Amino acid sequence: MDLDSIYSEIIMEHNRSGHNKKALKEPDITERGHNPSCGDDITLQLKLNDNIIEDASFTGVGCAISQASTSIMIDLVKGKTIEDALDLVNTFLAMIKSDIDNEEELEKLEDAIAFQNISNMPARVKCAVLAWHTLKEALL
Amino acid sequence: MPKLNPHQIKEDFPILQQKINGNRLAYLDNSATTLKPIQVIEAISDYNKKSHGNPHRGAHKLSVLATEEYDLARKKVKEFINAKHSEEIIFTKNTTESLNLIAYSYGMNFINEGDEIVLAISEHHSNILPWQRVAKEKKANLKYMYLNANSRISEKEIKEKITTRTKIISIAQMSNVLGTIHPIEQIIEYGHKMGAIIIVDGAQSVPHMPVDVQDLDVDFFGFSAHKMLGPMGIGVLYGKKELLENMPPYLTGGDMIEYVYEQEATFAPIPYKFEAGTQNVEGAVGLRAAIEYLENIGLNNIQKHEEILVEYALDKMLKLPYIDIQGPIDLYMRGGIISFTLEDIHPHDIASILDTCGIAIRAGHHCAQPLMNYLKIPATSRISFYLYNNKEDIDQFIEGIKKVRKWFGYGS
Repeated sequence: MDLDSIYSEIIMEHNRSGHNKKALKEPDITERGHNPSCGDDITLQLKLNDNIIEDASFTGVGCAISQASTSIMIDLVKGKTIEDALDLVNTFLAMIKSDIDNEEELEKLEDAIAFQNISNMPARVKCAVLAWHTLKEALL
Repeated sequence: MPKLNPHQIKEDFPILQQKINGNRLAYLDNSATTLKPIQVIEAISDYNKKSHGNPHRGAHKLSVLATEEYDLARKKVKEFINAKHSEEIIFTKNTTESLNLIAYSYGMNFINEGDEIVLAISEHHSNILPWQRVAKEKKANLKYMYLNANSRISEKEIKEKITTRTKIISIAQMSNVLGTIHPIEQIIEYGHKMGAIIIVDGAQSVPHMPVDVQDLDVDFFGFSAHKMLGPMGIGVLYGKKELLENMPPYLTGGDMIEYVYEQEATFAPIPYKFEAGTQNVEGAVGLRAAIEYLENIGLNNIQKHEEILVEYALDKMLKLPYIDIQGPIDLYMRGGIISFTLEDIHPHDIASILDTCGIAIRAGHHCAQPLMNYLKIPATSRISFYLYNNKEDIDQFIEGIKKVRKWFGYGS
């Protein structure tokens, strides 16, 4: 297996940068996500303006995959409506399960496409999907 | 005493002959499970080809042969840990089941309100959760012995935590996370003086060092075959005869009875009282072959070999400033398990990248979350050795760690 296909530049960059890793001042929603088997533990915070996700951030600990996935997701959903964000979550989860093979359909995931190959590393799938499940929980 | 030759031993293990992700396999996850030599694989296969039947039940030849194999395995285990009687050896599924059996059969019946159950903070979940249930149900107090800075339980801690109200002490002989060998001789002696019974989880110790249950004077002792070259799905519970005889059955059903009436039943004597239903005979056969293999090499030799590997690995790891060893950094009373963390790189990323280099390690909380909380770390990476490991495996691991660092943009 090719290490570049998992620990790609975009993933390593998001893992390092931490620009979305902070607590929001007055979040409307705080949702914790946890992988008990490996210890990834994130807390997602959202600031809503009506139906729009105005701001989002996260805190917590976890591996590079979980941290980068959370950060990339936040970049993607910021400014989107709740409906659009949920649609992106479903598209991402479908991509991970290889339920979508139409590349055009995946384009809306932007940088999050970087996780397409995570299914080659089955033990790490749960790290990649943690943030997305957490967002779904927060919005539903 | 002949010296142990890991290169020669490796040839007995077909699974080590393959490449993983295009690389030589450095299998360093022996605390999770060990690999099987051809002698164990063939013993199981031979049993299935020639002697398989349901033991204790039939008058026909195959049933008799299977019964013989099962009894021989029990006798082998008895000799291996030097139990006084064969009937003190009960076959279970694994160490977890052995510990649950004691908790439910002994704990639920002999623990009363206000009694104390004492564990070490380094215990595996399998030696914590059964006691949490007993403590809750019986309104007993669950207490922990904590570790000092070098991951050891001090004499002061033993004497502070074990009191005359302590009825059960349950502790692993070797920590599956830190590699610490706990001073169980002292704990058993002091615990008995205070009137407690002592249970030792031998899952990590029995495969790697000589153990003599009579010499230890331990009351119960459990371990798993798959951590000592044997198959999964078979484990052992040793218990002192007089304790086992006074305990009610854990599981009930076939083969563990004397007479069964519509409303009541009487039970078979030990060990059968605790072995309900058809047992894992091929597992027992595999365990016996594994013990024979280990005895042939000598547990003393295996222990010495692992000490050499730990010294070599610790020396290399301590030279790398970005590695933080979690566990004793000296060689006194420690086994072939080294847990560590790498500055700014999560253990799961380490394990995944090492896997691409053919290096198998474990990352996570190792089923010891209370210990992780105590150490204030979310997870560790762990390497663990066995008789087939050599210095080449450690060199490959050290090179792998440098690659992990490089991949994350750090210098080596």
